[in-house]
Amino acid sequence: MVNLKINGIDVSVPEGYTVLQAAREAGIDIPTLCYLKDVSHTGSCRMCVVEIKGARALQAACVYPVAEGIEVLTHSARVKRARKATLELILSNHDRKCLTCVRNQNCELQALCDELGVEEIAYEGVRNEYEIDDLSPSIVRDNNKCVLCRRCVSVCKDVQTVGVIDTMERGFATKVGCAFDKPLAETACVNCGQCIAACPVGALREKDGTDLVWDAIEDEDKYVIVQTAPAVRAALGEEFGYPIGTPVTGKMAAALKRMGFDKAFDTDTGADLTIMEEGTELLDRLQNGGKLPLITSCSPGWIKFCEHNYPDFLDNLSSCKSPHQMFGAILKSYYAKKEGIDPKKMFVVSVMPCVAKKFESAREEMECDGLRDVDAVITTRELARMIKQSGIKFRELPDEEFDNPFERATGAGVIFGTTGGVTEAALRTLYELVEKKPLDKVEFAAVRGTEGIKEATVTLGGKDVRVAIAHGLGNARKLLDSIRSGEKNYEFIEIMACPGGCVTGGGQPICSAKTYMDIDVKAERAKALYTEDERLTIRKSHENPDVKKLYDEFLEKPGSHVSHELLHTHYKARPKY
Amino acid sequence: MDMVRAHVLCCGGTGCTSSGCEAIIKEMETQLAANGLEKEIKVIKTGCFGLCALGPVMIVYPEGCFYSRVQAEDVKEIVEEHLLKGRIVKRLLYKETIEEDKIKSLNEVDFYKKQKRIALRNCGVIDPENIDEYIAFDGYKALGKCLTELSPTDVIEEIKKSGLRGRGGGGFPTGLKWQFAAASQNEKKYVCCNADEGDPGAFMDRSILEGDPHAVIEAMAIAGYAIGADQGYVYIRAEYPIAVKRLQIAIDQAKEYGLLGKGIFGTDFNFDLEIRLGAGAFVCGEETALMTSIEGKRGEPRPRPPFPAVKGLWEKPTILNNVETYANIPQIINNGADWFGSMGTEKSKGTKVFALGGKINNTGLVEIPMGTTLREIVEEIGGGIPNGKKFKAAQTGGPSGGCIPAHLMDTPIDYDSLIAIGSMMGSGGLIVMDEDNCMVDIAKFFLEFTVDESCGKCTPCRIGTRRLLELLTKITEGKGTMEDIDKMEELCYSIKESSLCGLGQTAPNPVLSTLRYFRDEYEAHVRDKVCPAGVCKALSKYMIDPEKCKGCSLCARQCPVGAISGEVRSPFVIAQDKCIKCGACMSGCKFGAIYKK
Repeated sequence: MVNLKINGIDVSVPEGYTVLQAAREAGIDIPTLCYLKDVSHTGSCRMCVVEIKGARALQAACVYPVAEGIEVLTHSARVKRARKATLELILSNHDRKCLTCVRNQNCELQALCDELGVEEIAYEGVRNEYEIDDLSPSIVRDNNKCVLCRRCVSVCKDVQTVGVIDTMERGFATKVGCAFDKPLAETACVNCGQCIAACPVGALREKDGTDLVWDAIEDEDKYVIVQTAPAVRAALGEEFGYPIGTPVTGKMAAALKRMGFDKAFDTDTGADLTIMEEGTELLDRLQNGGKLPLITSCSPGWIKFCEHNYPDFLDNLSSCKSPHQMFGAILKSYYAKKEGIDPKKMFVVSVMPCVAKKFESAREEMECDGLRDVDAVITTRELARMIKQSGIKFRELPDEEFDNPFERATGAGVIFGTTGGVTEAALRTLYELVEKKPLDKVEFAAVRGTEGIKEATVTLGGKDVRVAIAHGLGNARKLLDSIRSGEKNYEFIEIMACPGGCVTGGGQPICSAKTYMDIDVKAERAKALYTEDERLTIRKSHENPDVKKLYDEFLEKPGSHVSHELLHTHYKARPKY
Repeated sequence: MDMVRAHVLCCGGTGCTSSGCEAIIKEMETQLAANGLEKEIKVIKTGCFGLCALGPVMIVYPEGCFYSRVQAEDVKEIVEEHLLKGRIVKRLLYKETIEEDKIKSLNEVDFYKKQKRIALRNCGVIDPENIDEYIAFDGYKALGKCLTELSPTDVIEEIKKSGLRGRGGGGFPTGLKWQFAAASQNEKKYVCCNADEGDPGAFMDRSILEGDPHAVIEAMAIAGYAIGADQGYVYIRAEYPIAVKRLQIAIDQAKEYGLLGKGIFGTDFNFDLEIRLGAGAFVCGEETALMTSIEGKRGEPRPRPPFPAVKGLWEKPTILNNVETYANIPQIINNGADWFGSMGTEKSKGTKVFALGGKINNTGLVEIPMGTTLREIVEEIGGGIPNGKKFKAAQTGGPSGGCIPAHLMDTPIDYDSLIAIGSMMGSGGLIVMDEDNCMVDIAKFFLEFTVDESCGKCTPCRIGTRRLLELLTKITEGKGTMEDIDKMEELCYSIKESSLCGLGQTAPNPVLSTLRYFRDEYEAHVRDKVCPAGVCKALSKYMIDPEKCKGCSLCARQCPVGAISGEVRSPFVIAQDKCIKCGACMSGCKFGAIYKK
């Protein structure tokens, strides 16, 4: 333990702590802007400066390591003056369009102004003006709002190892952008949207799809079906003041019905379908000497990452479309026929925790007979905005069910939303299909948790199946490199582009840096899903009666010709530059 | 080495190269051959002599004749008269060296008299491209001594005892820095040399590398031995092509002689050295930015701690010293810490090289013992201010430093005295200003530089310096208010306190020091809308004195924008709204009728 004094109080913290961490433990809140736990620690914004006795200049608390006997002042007049001046400088080069900003009231810069008591714009002067890059199907960058904290750069480069954005130019002209000033859409960006989740202000946001959805709802001619991904229910409540990790499935279903959608379904059905198809694919590859390891394909950010960076692994990818795409295809074929709806008039909206799904749904492969699987993708955040725009008092809604059919989601489908969930769901089904006996315990503890790379070995039909799970593309890179080098070998791999999996996807409600310091958001949201799983009576995909019926009435069996037509896809290598 | 009758030492530094020394050397060789003297007389291209204002320069030994401002057409005369017939070409001699009918030794002239050349010891003396010449001047003796007689701890103790402090500007005790790195346990450590000299007007590091590159190589090997590193990097700006070339030649020669590489001097000490070129960013002179740049990343500073001695280049313990610091090391080892400590002041030992520039007669490079006063440098060594103008201030420390006003001219130049008066040693640029310089404009000049060179990483430097410059510009344009002055001062302190690295932490110094000593000039700009030195264009006005104007119309014809009009033979007038203040009218007027207000 290291002993130090903060504001005259004796504090004892473990070695390796920063002054920021130590102060927080001592109940002192130091303002930050560029710091983001586990992501960004550059000490560049200078909002968290503190006085360290003996040091000439003020020091950034977020990167200053504690040392025995140091004396720190976190809120002296000198410190407060310096912080305020720095904040005023940031404001002098910020477009300050708070009223029309998507991050209004959820903005760390606004919060700082409030906290530090900024009451006027102290400095006038030239402001950098930039064109907004809105050419990407997923991400919009508005550098006029950028405060150059570089959290997006750190998450893209260091956490995701995608590295398509970085700082360019220098001094006052410094900006974040892509090589050769290309728009994001023309780079190897995988659209994971972690940059959006990392942005403290409104410089990064999702490409808004709400107008498109409202138009469809208003169009008398259209039959608008909405489906919501597992992870959405675990976080949507945060937008309405619920604590992180509160599942709001029932209220969400109720809200969707009140917003004017013709039907509201659960993508969990698609997830169960994915397990049936992907599980069959794995068994087939295991039994018939197919390409192994089989790698999951639910995460479109991961797919594009693979296409750009690991084209040699494309044959390892499962040919399964992601759950919402599968489900969209089923809605426009099986369901449309069953209900007598013209599929051309059907408009499928996916509510996803993800901005890469926007890109995915627009991929040319994602259609069948000229019908797009999914017509619009909106994120959890956009859904929340639409609910607010509808005048719905979300917290006062009753809990309702999704529409019939497809309302009976399984626990397996629900846990898709967190890292390890797809694997666990697959194992629940594969075990019972292969061993032909029920599992004693449906929970697979080894594949749960937030560790970057998890490994497990399960025995299926007398054979060892080695499983690995990676979440966050930096971890995926590590895992794939270890396979490339021959150091590791597996039969099945689950990869999710976002650290934590879909619960902390790029389309989820945005938490502040302060929240991340106090709460393990991905663990809390995962907990919500595991609780849901436990609550449900059916917890295995192959026991979903709707899915069984679907195979009986339409698809015949997993991996059939029809399912290949509708539920499977293919990939292509993409250049890095 | 060949026995020769005479040596002709031609300066081949960047200054003399740009004034044509290459052509002179070539002509010299041609003329010597034409007179059959090529075997008797040896021409050597050396590093910088220091007196750049007089370039191209050459010294002919054994007489020690110092020829200045030599042109190619003078060479024939030098060869035929001096070298062939023994008649010194008096007209080309540096005036200061002529005393009645004798030639004074260079060491006795004002420029050199008070200098003490340690770091520049071999500059202008040896052929930097010939390792044998360096060895002949005790080169690599210090390295040999360290490897065979001293333990790494002994070496560090000796450097500590000498009191040597970093010559790059910070003034951190070199021995202590080495001690920290030596104490860091790691299998890999690095020795780096900062040759990214970026202060406008400073060129001592360039001159050392051009004139005595082996001194730096030897010192880096000694440092490697002291801290336990086997790899070194010299980070040098690509804008120094001659220095880069000579350093590479020197590294190659040292490797060939086994003075770099494996098993140096038959011991088990290995040390290798590589050059890394900087791409012209001033911030890369900051140690962590320099290391980040060597690593191949965008040259930006990182927060300290951890300090480089613990986690530096590629996160390994690293020391970084600048060129001039290294150039002192072999001398300290050879002559002892006491010898070095006998020079300078109590807390600033040894000498410091300064690049004299601005309004001073002897522009060039000088090396003086610490503690020499600014007055001695300006008035004696520098030969005073040209055109009988009055000294107003001297700027030391470049864009990180400050201005020293006339009443502090007797301040001894050392690290602590300079800090105490609001300036700093910096890497050694010394720019002299006279009464024609506007101090607000000077502050603006340096700030423009830092605004341009800010890396953009931290907020105070990225935006703060810009806002500071905007306030200064407002003042120089006569639009400032008294509140702006206060606001500017406040902003200066915020930037100093909050910036991430030395660049930002010192960027406001030129503003603060001019505010401290020349606040009246700022106030004149604001309150009276007048630039006392007449520099700030927006505040100056060209006027025609009707009493003196003869109505010749020359000014009207010379004015590029047609701002002057009048009847011939009656006084002309300048239309102020059209005038662009170029001054063409004033310099053309034969009657002195035009004046600036």
